[in-house]
Amino acid sequence: MIEILSASALATVQDLGRVGALQWGVGTSGAMDPLALAAGNLLLGNDANAAAIEVPVFPFQVRFGADLAIALTGADCAARLDDVPLLPWWVVEARVGQVLSLGVPRAAGHWRASRAYLCVAGGVDVPAVLGSRSTQLRGAFGGHEGRALRQGDVLCAAAPGIGRCGSGFGLLPPALAMPLQLDGVPAMRVLPAAEYGHYTEASRAAFWAGEWKITAQSDRYGYRLAGAALEAANPVEMRSHGIVPGVIQVPPGGQPIVQMRDAQPSGGYPKLGTVIEADLWRLGQAPIGSRVRFIEATWDEALDAREQMHAWLADARRLVELHRRQRARSAP
Amino acid sequence: MNALPSAAAQPSISLLGTSALLFEAPGHDMALGTQQRIWALAREAGRWPEVREAVPGMNNLMLSFAQPPRVLEDIETRLRAAWAAAQPLPLEGRVVELPVVYGGDAGPHLADVVAHTGLSVDEIVERHSTPLYPVYALGSHPGYCYLGGMDPRLATPRRKVPVLSIPGGAVSIGGAQTGVSASTGPSGWNTIGSTSMHFFDPAQDPPALLQPGDTLRFRVEKVIR
Repeated sequence: MIEILSASALATVQDLGRVGALQWGVGTSGAMDPLALAAGNLLLGNDANAAAIEVPVFPFQVRFGADLAIALTGADCAARLDDVPLLPWWVVEARVGQVLSLGVPRAAGHWRASRAYLCVAGGVDVPAVLGSRSTQLRGAFGGHEGRALRQGDVLCAAAPGIGRCGSGFGLLPPALAMPLQLDGVPAMRVLPAAEYGHYTEASRAAFWAGEWKITAQSDRYGYRLAGAALEAANPVEMRSHGIVPGVIQVPPGGQPIVQMRDAQPSGGYPKLGTVIEADLWRLGQAPIGSRVRFIEATWDEALDAREQMHAWLADARRLVELHRRQRARSAP
Repeated sequence: MNALPSAAAQPSISLLGTSALLFEAPGHDMALGTQQRIWALAREAGRWPEVREAVPGMNNLMLSFAQPPRVLEDIETRLRAAWAAAQPLPLEGRVVELPVVYGGDAGPHLADVVAHTGLSVDEIVERHSTPLYPVYALGSHPGYCYLGGMDPRLATPRRKVPVLSIPGGAVSIGGAQTGVSASTGPSGWNTIGSTSMHFFDPAQDPPALLQPGDTLRFRVEKVIR
Protein backbone atom coordinates (compact mmCIF):
# COMPACT_ATOMS: atom_id res chain seq x y z
CA MET A 1 0.00 0.00 0.00
CA ILE A 2 1.17 3.48 -0.91
CA GLU A 3 -0.47 6.50 0.71
CA ILE A 4 -0.16 9.88 -1.01
CA LEU A 5 0.89 12.47 1.59
CA SER A 6 1.20 15.50 -0.72
CA ALA A 7 -1.66 17.91 -1.46
CA SER A 8 -2.60 18.89 -5.03
CA ALA A 9 0.39 17.14 -6.52
CA LEU A 10 -0.94 16.66 -10.10
CA ALA A 11 0.64 13.22 -10.02
CA THR A 12 -1.11 10.59 -12.15
CA VAL A 13 -1.01 6.83 -12.70
CA GLN A 14 0.39 6.08 -16.18
CA ASP A 15 1.61 3.16 -18.24
CA LEU A 16 2.98 3.32 -21.78
CA GLY A 17 -0.40 4.48 -23.09
CA ARG A 18 -3.71 3.39 -24.54
CA VAL A 19 -3.60 2.11 -28.09
CA GLY A 20 -6.48 0.94 -30.25
CA ALA A 21 -9.11 3.36 -28.95
CA LEU A 22 -8.61 6.22 -31.43
CA GLN A 23 -11.76 5.07 -33.26
CA TRP A 24 -13.79 6.28 -30.26
CA GLY A 25 -11.94 9.57 -29.97
CA VAL A 26 -9.73 8.33 -27.12
CA GLY A 27 -6.13 9.59 -27.19
CA THR A 28 -3.13 7.64 -25.99
CA SER A 29 -2.27 9.29 -22.64
CA GLY A 30 0.63 7.40 -21.00
CA ALA A 31 3.93 8.48 -19.46
CA MET A 32 5.42 11.78 -20.67
CA ASP A 33 8.79 9.99 -20.40
CA PRO A 34 8.02 6.44 -21.56
CA LEU A 35 11.73 5.47 -21.42
CA ALA A 36 11.92 6.30 -17.71
CA LEU A 37 8.71 4.38 -17.00
CA ALA A 38 9.80 1.32 -19.00
CA ALA A 39 13.29 1.35 -17.45
CA GLY A 40 11.90 1.60 -13.91
CA ASN A 41 9.69 -1.39 -14.63
CA LEU A 42 12.60 -3.41 -16.07
CA LEU A 43 14.63 -2.68 -12.93
CA LEU A 44 11.87 -4.32 -10.90
CA GLY A 45 11.37 -7.27 -13.23
CA ASN A 46 7.95 -5.89 -14.25
CA ASP A 47 6.44 -5.84 -17.70
CA ALA A 48 7.77 -2.62 -19.33
CA ASN A 49 4.16 -1.44 -19.64
CA ALA A 50 3.26 -1.79 -15.94
CA ALA A 51 1.63 1.26 -14.36
CA ALA A 52 3.64 3.71 -12.24
CA ILE A 53 3.12 7.10 -10.61
CA GLU A 54 4.23 10.08 -12.71
CA VAL A 55 5.22 13.00 -10.48
CA PRO A 56 5.48 16.47 -12.08
CA VAL A 57 5.26 18.72 -8.99
CA PHE A 58 7.59 18.70 -6.00
CA PRO A 59 8.02 18.16 -3.14
CA PHE A 60 6.08 14.88 -3.27
CA GLN A 61 5.71 12.39 -0.45
CA VAL A 62 4.24 8.93 -0.02
CA ARG A 63 4.14 6.53 2.94
CA PHE A 64 4.42 2.77 2.47
CA GLY A 65 1.81 0.66 4.25
CA ALA A 66 3.74 -2.54 3.55
CA ASP A 67 7.23 -3.63 2.53
CA LEU A 68 7.68 -2.95 -1.17
CA ALA A 69 10.44 -2.93 -3.80
CA ILE A 70 10.44 0.35 -5.74
CA ALA A 71 12.47 2.00 -8.49
CA LEU A 72 12.76 5.76 -9.00
CA THR A 73 13.49 6.95 -12.54
CA GLY A 74 13.08 10.15 -14.54
CA ALA A 75 14.11 13.40 -12.87
CA ASP A 76 16.84 13.24 -10.21
CA CYS A 77 14.94 14.79 -7.36
CA ALA A 78 17.16 14.22 -4.32
CA ALA A 79 14.91 11.44 -3.08
CA ARG A 80 15.01 10.27 0.53
CA LEU A 81 13.55 7.23 2.19
CA ASP A 82 12.97 8.60 5.68
CA ASP A 83 16.37 10.26 6.16
CA VAL A 84 18.41 8.09 3.81
CA PRO A 85 19.32 9.68 0.43
CA LEU A 86 18.50 7.50 -2.58
CA LEU A 87 20.31 7.27 -5.89
CA PRO A 88 18.31 8.11 -9.03
CA TRP A 89 17.47 5.26 -11.43
CA TRP A 90 17.93 2.74 -8.62
CA VAL A 91 16.00 -0.13 -7.00
CA VAL A 92 15.39 0.05 -3.26
CA GLU A 93 13.35 -1.81 -0.70
CA ALA A 94 10.93 0.34 1.23
CA ARG A 95 9.77 -0.93 4.61
CA VAL A 96 6.34 -0.57 6.15
CA GLY A 97 5.87 2.92 7.61
CA GLN A 98 8.74 4.52 5.71
CA VAL A 99 8.16 7.87 3.96
CA LEU A 100 9.57 8.56 0.50
CA SER A 101 10.22 12.25 -0.22
CA LEU A 102 11.00 13.64 -3.67
CA GLY A 103 12.50 17.13 -3.80
CA VAL A 104 12.88 19.67 -6.59
CA PRO A 105 14.69 18.08 -9.58
CA ARG A 106 18.36 18.97 -9.93
CA ALA A 107 20.38 19.39 -13.09
CA ALA A 108 22.95 16.92 -14.41
CA GLY A 109 25.13 19.04 -16.68
CA HIS A 110 22.96 20.57 -19.40
CA TRP A 111 20.13 18.19 -18.60
CA ARG A 112 17.43 19.07 -16.15
CA ALA A 113 14.40 16.79 -16.09
CA SER A 114 11.02 17.66 -14.64
CA ARG A 115 9.14 14.42 -14.01
CA ALA A 116 9.94 11.52 -11.71
CA TYR A 117 8.50 8.00 -11.95
CA LEU A 118 7.78 5.94 -8.88
CA CYS A 119 7.64 2.36 -10.14
CA VAL A 120 6.54 -0.42 -7.81
CA ALA A 121 6.94 -4.20 -7.87
CA GLY A 122 4.26 -5.66 -10.11
CA GLY A 123 3.06 -2.20 -11.13
CA VAL A 124 0.38 0.04 -9.61
CA ASP A 125 -2.71 -2.14 -9.27
CA VAL A 126 -5.52 -0.20 -10.92
CA PRO A 127 -8.00 -1.69 -13.40
CA ALA A 128 -7.18 -1.54 -17.10
CA VAL A 129 -9.79 0.51 -18.96
CA LEU A 130 -9.97 0.16 -22.75
CA GLY A 131 -6.68 -1.73 -22.63
CA SER A 132 -4.59 0.61 -20.46
CA ARG A 133 -4.03 1.74 -16.86
CA SER A 134 -3.13 5.28 -17.94
CA THR A 135 -5.22 8.13 -16.58
CA GLN A 136 -7.48 9.64 -19.27
CA LEU A 137 -7.98 13.05 -17.67
CA ARG A 138 -10.31 14.43 -20.37
CA GLY A 139 -12.54 11.34 -20.29
CA ALA A 140 -12.17 10.97 -16.49
CA PHE A 141 -11.40 7.25 -16.64
CA GLY A 142 -8.37 4.99 -16.27
CA GLY A 143 -5.58 5.42 -13.71
CA HIS A 144 -6.84 6.03 -10.15
CA GLU A 145 -10.54 6.93 -10.49
CA GLY A 146 -9.87 8.77 -13.75
CA ARG A 147 -8.18 11.72 -12.06
CA ALA A 148 -4.91 13.10 -10.68
CA LEU A 149 -3.88 11.76 -7.27
CA ARG A 150 -4.87 13.60 -4.10
CA GLN A 151 -3.64 13.69 -0.55
CA GLY A 152 -4.93 10.61 1.26
CA ASP A 153 -5.31 8.43 -1.83
CA VAL A 154 -4.11 4.86 -1.25
CA LEU A 155 -2.73 2.78 -4.11
CA CYS A 156 -1.72 -0.85 -4.13
CA ALA A 157 1.18 -2.60 -5.83
CA ALA A 158 0.38 -5.75 -7.79
CA ALA A 159 3.36 -7.63 -6.20
CA PRO A 160 3.91 -6.34 -2.64
CA GLY A 161 6.68 -7.66 -0.42
CA ILE A 162 10.42 -7.64 -1.01
CA GLY A 163 13.15 -10.04 -1.94
CA ARG A 164 11.45 -11.04 -5.17
CA CYS A 165 13.36 -8.74 -7.51
CA GLY A 166 16.44 -7.75 -5.50
CA SER A 167 17.60 -4.20 -4.85
CA GLY A 168 20.72 -2.06 -4.66
CA PHE A 169 21.35 -1.67 -8.38
CA GLY A 170 20.40 0.77 -11.10
CA LEU A 171 20.81 2.09 -14.62
CA LEU A 172 22.62 4.98 -16.28
CA PRO A 173 19.83 7.39 -17.33
CA PRO A 174 19.27 7.68 -21.10
CA ALA A 175 19.80 11.45 -20.94
CA LEU A 176 23.44 10.62 -20.10
CA ALA A 177 23.69 7.53 -22.32
CA MET A 178 22.04 9.19 -25.36
CA PRO A 179 22.45 12.96 -24.89
CA LEU A 180 21.13 15.33 -27.56
CA GLN A 181 21.91 19.03 -27.40
CA LEU A 182 22.43 21.96 -29.71
CA ASP A 183 24.63 24.78 -28.41
CA GLY A 184 24.13 23.48 -24.88
CA VAL A 185 20.33 23.45 -25.17
CA PRO A 186 18.32 20.18 -25.04
CA ALA A 187 17.23 19.32 -28.57
CA MET A 188 14.62 17.12 -30.24
CA ARG A 189 14.55 15.83 -33.79
CA VAL A 190 11.57 16.75 -35.95
CA LEU A 191 10.15 15.31 -39.17
CA PRO A 192 8.47 17.99 -41.31
CA ALA A 193 4.68 17.54 -41.64
CA ALA A 194 2.06 18.32 -44.31
CA GLU A 195 1.92 22.12 -43.94
CA TYR A 196 5.68 22.67 -43.46
CA GLY A 197 5.90 24.16 -46.97
CA HIS A 198 3.10 26.63 -46.22
CA TYR A 199 5.35 28.62 -43.92
CA THR A 200 7.52 31.46 -45.17
CA GLU A 201 11.16 30.64 -45.72
CA ALA A 202 12.12 33.05 -42.93
CA SER A 203 9.71 31.32 -40.53
CA ARG A 204 11.06 27.87 -41.37
CA ALA A 205 14.62 29.08 -40.86
CA ALA A 206 13.65 30.68 -37.56
CA PHE A 207 12.01 27.45 -36.40
CA TRP A 208 15.27 25.49 -36.75
CA ALA A 209 17.63 28.27 -35.67
CA GLY A 210 15.75 29.62 -32.67
CA GLU A 211 15.41 28.63 -29.05
CA TRP A 212 11.86 27.84 -27.95
CA LYS A 213 10.73 28.62 -24.45
CA ILE A 214 8.29 26.24 -22.81
CA THR A 215 5.62 28.57 -21.45
CA ALA A 216 3.63 28.26 -18.24
CA GLN A 217 0.56 27.23 -20.33
CA SER A 218 2.16 23.84 -20.92
CA ASP A 219 0.92 20.56 -19.51
CA ARG A 220 0.32 16.92 -20.37
CA TYR A 221 -2.04 18.01 -23.18
CA GLY A 222 0.44 20.22 -24.98
CA TYR A 223 3.50 22.41 -24.71
CA ARG A 224 2.83 25.97 -25.82
CA LEU A 225 6.11 27.40 -27.02
CA ALA A 226 7.28 31.01 -27.25
CA GLY A 227 9.79 32.23 -29.83
CA ALA A 228 9.88 33.83 -33.25
CA ALA A 229 6.39 34.31 -34.76
CA LEU A 230 5.81 31.71 -37.49
CA GLU A 231 3.98 33.02 -40.52
CA ALA A 232 2.15 31.00 -43.15
CA ALA A 233 2.61 32.32 -46.68
CA ASN A 234 -1.03 31.41 -47.38
CA PRO A 235 -3.29 30.86 -44.36
CA VAL A 236 -5.21 27.58 -44.71
CA GLU A 237 -8.40 26.41 -43.03
CA MET A 238 -7.96 22.69 -42.54
CA ARG A 239 -10.27 19.71 -42.35
CA SER A 240 -10.01 17.91 -39.01
CA HIS A 241 -7.70 14.91 -39.14
CA GLY A 242 -5.94 12.44 -36.88
CA ILE A 243 -2.83 13.64 -35.04
CA VAL A 244 -0.38 12.00 -32.63
CA PRO A 245 1.67 13.13 -29.63
CA GLY A 246 4.63 15.10 -30.95
CA VAL A 247 2.74 16.94 -33.70
CA ILE A 248 3.71 20.63 -33.76
CA GLN A 249 0.62 22.68 -34.58
CA VAL A 250 0.73 26.37 -35.36
CA PRO A 251 -2.49 28.25 -34.58
CA PRO A 252 -2.95 31.56 -36.47
CA GLY A 253 -1.26 33.41 -33.59
CA GLY A 254 2.03 32.00 -34.92
CA GLN A 255 3.30 30.38 -31.70
CA PRO A 256 3.62 26.60 -31.94
CA ILE A 257 1.94 24.03 -29.68
CA VAL A 258 3.52 20.58 -29.41
CA GLN A 259 0.91 17.91 -28.74
CA MET A 260 1.86 15.81 -25.72
CA ARG A 261 0.54 12.55 -24.22
CA ASP A 262 -2.93 13.78 -23.26
CA ALA A 263 -3.34 15.47 -26.63
CA GLN A 264 -6.52 15.15 -28.61
CA PRO A 265 -6.30 12.38 -31.20
CA SER A 266 -7.38 14.83 -33.92
CA GLY A 267 -7.00 18.49 -34.77
CA GLY A 268 -7.27 21.08 -37.45
CA TYR A 269 -4.45 23.60 -37.05
CA PRO A 270 -1.65 23.53 -39.65
CA LYS A 271 1.23 21.19 -38.76
CA LEU A 272 4.81 22.28 -39.16
CA GLY A 273 6.35 18.98 -38.11
CA THR A 274 6.34 16.16 -35.56
CA VAL A 275 8.82 15.58 -32.76
CA ILE A 276 9.94 12.04 -33.52
CA GLU A 277 8.74 9.20 -31.27
CA ALA A 278 12.32 8.51 -30.14
CA ASP A 279 12.78 12.07 -28.80
CA LEU A 280 9.36 12.77 -27.31
CA TRP A 281 10.60 11.70 -23.85
CA ARG A 282 13.22 14.46 -23.99
CA LEU A 283 10.52 17.08 -24.53
CA GLY A 284 8.27 15.41 -21.94
CA GLN A 285 11.04 16.00 -19.40
CA ALA A 286 11.76 19.63 -20.38
CA PRO A 287 10.74 21.89 -17.47
CA ILE A 288 8.35 24.84 -17.85
CA GLY A 289 10.43 27.98 -18.43
CA SER A 290 13.30 26.07 -20.03
CA ARG A 291 14.35 26.35 -23.67
CA VAL A 292 14.65 23.70 -26.34
CA ARG A 293 15.90 23.50 -29.94
CA PHE A 294 14.67 21.49 -32.91
CA ILE A 295 16.76 19.52 -35.40
CA GLU A 296 15.40 18.56 -38.83
CA ALA A 297 15.45 14.77 -39.34
CA THR A 298 14.91 12.46 -42.29
CA TRP A 299 12.69 9.37 -42.19
CA ASP A 300 15.77 7.13 -41.99
CA GLU A 301 17.29 9.16 -39.15
CA ALA A 302 13.99 9.06 -37.27
CA LEU A 303 13.78 5.27 -37.67
CA ASP A 304 17.42 4.85 -36.63
CA ALA A 305 16.71 6.90 -33.50
CA ARG A 306 13.68 4.70 -32.77
CA GLU A 307 15.83 1.59 -33.11
CA GLN A 308 18.48 3.12 -30.86
CA MET A 309 15.82 3.78 -28.22
CA HIS A 310 14.57 0.19 -28.40
CA ALA A 311 18.16 -1.10 -28.32
CA TRP A 312 18.84 0.95 -25.18
CA LEU A 313 15.80 -0.62 -23.50
CA ALA A 314 16.77 -4.14 -24.66
CA ASP A 315 20.27 -3.54 -23.29
CA ALA A 316 18.88 -2.33 -19.97
CA ARG A 317 16.68 -5.43 -19.74
CA ARG A 318 19.67 -7.68 -20.49
CA LEU A 319 21.90 -5.99 -17.89
CA VAL A 320 19.24 -6.17 -15.19
CA GLU A 321 18.60 -9.86 -15.87
CA LEU A 322 22.34 -10.61 -15.90
CA HIS A 323 22.79 -8.82 -12.59
CA ARG A 324 19.85 -10.63 -11.04
CA ARG A 325 21.11 -14.05 -12.20
CA GLN A 326 24.58 -13.39 -10.79
CA ARG A 327 23.02 -12.31 -7.51
CA ALA A 328 20.96 -15.48 -7.33
CA ARG A 329 24.06 -17.60 -8.02
CA SER A 330 26.17 -15.90 -5.34
CA ALA A 331 23.40 -16.02 -2.76
CA PRO A 332 24.03 -18.45 0.11
CA MET B 1 -11.18 6.95 -69.69
CA ASN B 2 -14.15 8.93 -68.46
CA ALA B 3 -12.09 11.22 -66.25
CA LEU B 4 -14.17 13.42 -63.96
CA PRO B 5 -13.00 17.02 -63.55
CA SER B 6 -11.78 16.21 -60.01
CA ALA B 7 -9.87 13.13 -61.10
CA ALA B 8 -6.84 15.26 -61.89
CA ALA B 9 -6.50 16.22 -58.21
CA GLN B 10 -4.35 13.69 -56.37
CA PRO B 11 -4.72 12.70 -52.73
CA SER B 12 -1.85 13.74 -50.49
CA ILE B 13 0.09 11.53 -48.10
CA SER B 14 2.18 13.07 -45.32
CA LEU B 15 4.03 11.91 -42.21
CA LEU B 16 3.04 12.32 -38.56
CA GLY B 17 6.51 11.53 -37.26
CA THR B 18 7.24 7.81 -37.19
CA SER B 19 3.93 7.10 -35.41
CA ALA B 20 1.48 7.52 -38.26
CA LEU B 21 0.79 8.82 -41.73
CA LEU B 22 -2.02 10.96 -42.99
CA PHE B 23 -3.92 10.36 -46.22
CA GLU B 24 -5.99 13.30 -47.44
CA ALA B 25 -8.56 13.02 -50.22
CA PRO B 26 -8.37 15.83 -52.77
CA GLY B 27 -10.76 18.77 -52.60
CA HIS B 28 -12.11 20.80 -49.72
CA ASP B 29 -15.87 20.32 -49.87
CA MET B 30 -16.12 17.51 -47.26
CA ALA B 31 -18.63 15.65 -49.42
CA LEU B 32 -20.46 12.63 -47.95
CA GLY B 33 -19.58 10.53 -51.03
CA THR B 34 -15.88 11.20 -50.42
CA GLN B 35 -16.32 10.31 -46.75
CA GLN B 36 -18.00 7.03 -47.69
CA ARG B 37 -14.91 6.19 -49.77
CA ILE B 38 -12.75 7.10 -46.74
CA TRP B 39 -14.77 4.59 -44.65
CA ALA B 40 -14.11 1.94 -47.32
CA LEU B 41 -10.40 2.80 -47.37
CA ALA B 42 -10.26 2.59 -43.54
CA ARG B 43 -11.79 -0.88 -43.62
CA GLU B 44 -9.21 -2.02 -46.20
CA ALA B 45 -6.08 -0.36 -44.72
CA GLY B 46 -7.02 -1.44 -41.19
CA ARG B 47 -6.19 -5.01 -42.25
CA TRP B 48 -2.61 -4.23 -43.35
CA PRO B 49 0.07 -5.73 -41.07
CA GLU B 50 2.01 -2.47 -40.46
CA VAL B 51 -1.20 -0.60 -39.52
CA ARG B 52 -2.35 -0.54 -35.91
CA GLU B 53 -5.44 1.62 -36.41
CA ALA B 54 -7.06 3.22 -39.45
CA VAL B 55 -8.80 6.34 -38.14
CA PRO B 56 -11.11 8.35 -40.42
CA GLY B 57 -11.05 12.16 -40.16
CA MET B 58 -12.92 14.65 -42.32
CA ASN B 59 -12.30 13.37 -45.87
CA ASN B 60 -8.96 12.00 -44.65
CA LEU B 61 -7.57 8.93 -42.94
CA MET B 62 -4.80 8.50 -40.39
CA LEU B 63 -2.95 5.18 -40.29
CA SER B 64 -1.13 4.65 -37.01
CA PHE B 65 1.79 2.26 -37.34
CA ALA B 66 2.12 -0.98 -35.42
CA GLN B 67 5.66 -0.90 -36.83
CA PRO B 68 6.80 1.95 -39.11
CA PRO B 69 8.05 0.54 -42.43
CA ARG B 70 11.69 1.22 -43.37
CA VAL B 71 10.61 2.09 -46.90
CA LEU B 72 7.50 4.23 -47.28
CA GLU B 73 6.93 3.84 -51.04
CA ASP B 74 5.23 0.45 -50.70
CA ILE B 75 2.47 1.53 -48.31
CA GLU B 76 2.02 4.80 -50.21
CA THR B 77 1.52 2.91 -53.47
CA ARG B 78 -0.92 0.52 -51.83
CA LEU B 79 -2.86 3.45 -50.33
CA ARG B 80 -3.17 5.25 -53.65
CA ALA B 81 -4.29 2.05 -55.39
CA ALA B 82 -6.80 1.24 -52.64
CA TRP B 83 -8.18 4.79 -52.84
CA ALA B 84 -8.55 4.59 -56.61
CA ALA B 85 -10.47 1.32 -56.18
CA ALA B 86 -12.53 2.43 -53.16
CA GLN B 87 -16.29 2.47 -53.71
CA PRO B 88 -18.50 4.52 -51.37
CA LEU B 89 -19.40 2.41 -48.31
CA PRO B 90 -22.90 3.52 -47.31
CA LEU B 91 -23.10 3.12 -43.54
CA GLU B 92 -26.62 3.77 -42.27
CA GLY B 93 -26.99 4.15 -38.54
CA ARG B 94 -29.59 5.71 -36.30
CA VAL B 95 -30.86 9.29 -36.06
CA VAL B 96 -30.33 11.09 -32.73
CA GLU B 97 -32.00 14.41 -31.90
CA LEU B 98 -30.27 16.95 -29.63
CA PRO B 99 -32.14 19.89 -28.05
CA VAL B 100 -29.91 23.00 -28.22
CA VAL B 101 -29.94 26.31 -26.34
CA TYR B 102 -28.32 28.82 -28.70
CA GLY B 103 -26.51 31.94 -27.45
CA GLY B 104 -26.26 33.38 -23.92
CA ASP B 105 -23.56 32.27 -21.50
CA ALA B 106 -23.44 28.84 -23.14
CA GLY B 107 -22.81 30.35 -26.59
CA PRO B 108 -20.11 32.96 -25.95
CA HIS B 109 -18.82 33.05 -29.54
CA LEU B 110 -22.20 33.35 -31.32
CA ALA B 111 -21.41 37.08 -31.78
CA ASP B 112 -18.15 36.15 -33.53
CA VAL B 113 -20.07 33.95 -35.98
CA VAL B 114 -22.52 36.84 -36.54
CA ALA B 115 -19.61 39.19 -37.18
CA HIS B 116 -17.82 36.82 -39.53
CA THR B 117 -20.79 35.58 -41.57
CA GLY B 118 -22.85 38.79 -41.59
CA LEU B 119 -25.93 36.68 -40.75
CA SER B 120 -28.34 37.51 -37.91
CA VAL B 121 -28.65 35.29 -34.82
CA ASP B 122 -32.00 33.98 -36.10
CA GLU B 123 -30.55 33.17 -39.52
CA ILE B 124 -27.64 31.33 -37.93
CA VAL B 125 -29.94 29.30 -35.65
CA GLU B 126 -32.24 28.51 -38.59
CA ARG B 127 -29.42 27.41 -40.88
CA HIS B 128 -27.68 25.43 -38.10
CA SER B 129 -30.78 23.53 -36.92
CA THR B 130 -32.20 22.65 -40.36
CA PRO B 131 -29.86 19.95 -41.76
CA LEU B 132 -29.44 16.32 -40.83
CA TYR B 133 -25.77 15.94 -39.91
CA PRO B 134 -24.11 12.62 -40.77
CA VAL B 135 -21.41 11.51 -38.27
CA TYR B 136 -18.27 11.39 -40.45
CA ALA B 137 -15.74 10.41 -37.82
CA LEU B 138 -14.94 10.32 -34.11
CA GLY B 139 -11.99 12.22 -32.68
CA SER B 140 -10.86 15.17 -30.58
CA HIS B 141 -11.86 13.58 -27.26
CA PRO B 142 -13.72 10.47 -26.06
CA GLY B 143 -17.08 10.21 -27.82
CA TYR B 144 -16.76 13.41 -29.88
CA CYS B 145 -18.30 13.31 -33.38
CA TYR B 146 -17.18 15.19 -36.44
CA LEU B 147 -20.23 16.01 -38.51
CA GLY B 148 -20.73 16.67 -42.19
CA GLY B 149 -23.53 18.68 -43.71
CA MET B 150 -23.14 22.16 -42.22
CA ASP B 151 -24.45 25.07 -44.30
CA PRO B 152 -21.27 26.58 -45.78
CA ARG B 153 -22.61 30.10 -45.08
CA LEU B 154 -22.00 29.38 -41.36
CA ALA B 155 -18.28 28.67 -41.84
CA THR B 156 -16.23 30.70 -39.35
CA PRO B 157 -12.46 30.35 -38.86
CA ARG B 158 -11.14 28.61 -35.78
CA ARG B 159 -10.09 31.01 -33.02
CA LYS B 160 -6.66 32.61 -33.19
CA VAL B 161 -5.86 31.30 -29.73
CA PRO B 162 -7.62 28.15 -28.45
CA VAL B 163 -9.93 28.54 -25.45
CA LEU B 164 -8.42 26.67 -22.49
CA SER B 165 -11.68 25.13 -21.33
CA ILE B 166 -15.15 24.80 -22.83
CA PRO B 167 -17.81 22.66 -21.12
CA GLY B 168 -19.20 19.32 -22.25
CA GLY B 169 -22.32 19.75 -24.41
CA ALA B 170 -20.93 22.88 -26.13
CA VAL B 171 -22.17 23.19 -29.74
CA SER B 172 -19.52 24.86 -31.85
CA ILE B 173 -18.33 25.84 -35.33
CA GLY B 174 -14.72 25.49 -36.51
CA GLY B 175 -14.04 26.40 -40.13
CA ALA B 176 -16.69 24.65 -42.27
CA GLN B 177 -17.48 22.08 -39.55
CA THR B 178 -19.78 21.89 -36.55
CA GLY B 179 -19.82 19.56 -33.53
CA VAL B 180 -20.75 18.99 -29.89
CA SER B 181 -18.18 18.64 -27.09
CA ALA B 182 -18.55 15.37 -25.20
CA SER B 183 -16.66 16.59 -22.11
CA THR B 184 -14.98 19.69 -20.70
CA GLY B 185 -11.67 20.66 -22.30
CA PRO B 186 -9.70 23.03 -24.54
CA SER B 187 -11.00 23.96 -28.00
CA GLY B 188 -10.17 26.29 -30.85
CA TRP B 189 -13.75 26.35 -32.12
CA ASN B 190 -16.48 29.00 -31.76
CA THR B 191 -19.09 27.93 -29.18
CA ILE B 192 -22.61 28.99 -30.22
CA GLY B 193 -24.83 26.98 -27.88
CA SER B 194 -25.17 24.00 -25.58
CA THR B 195 -26.94 20.69 -25.21
CA SER B 196 -27.00 17.94 -22.60
CA MET B 197 -26.25 14.41 -23.76
CA HIS B 198 -23.85 11.69 -22.62
CA PHE B 199 -21.71 10.65 -25.57
CA PHE B 200 -19.25 8.31 -23.90
CA ASP B 201 -19.14 5.59 -21.25
CA PRO B 202 -15.94 3.52 -20.98
CA ALA B 203 -17.91 0.70 -19.32
CA GLN B 204 -20.07 0.20 -22.43
CA ASP B 205 -19.08 -1.75 -25.52
CA PRO B 206 -18.66 0.19 -27.74
CA PRO B 207 -17.88 3.04 -25.33
CA ALA B 208 -19.01 5.79 -27.73
CA LEU B 209 -22.74 6.56 -28.17
CA LEU B 210 -22.39 7.38 -31.87
CA GLN B 211 -20.34 6.00 -34.72
CA PRO B 212 -19.67 6.92 -38.34
CA GLY B 213 -22.88 6.54 -40.33
CA ASP B 214 -25.19 7.72 -37.50
CA THR B 215 -27.03 11.03 -37.97
CA LEU B 216 -27.57 14.02 -35.66
CA ARG B 217 -30.29 16.66 -35.74
CA PHE B 218 -30.20 19.85 -33.63
CA ARG B 219 -33.61 20.92 -32.32
CA VAL B 220 -33.95 24.55 -31.19
CA GLU B 221 -34.88 24.50 -27.52
CA LYS B 222 -34.27 28.19 -26.90
CA VAL B 223 -32.43 31.17 -28.40
CA ILE B 224 -30.87 33.65 -25.98
CA ARG B 225 -30.10 36.97 -27.67
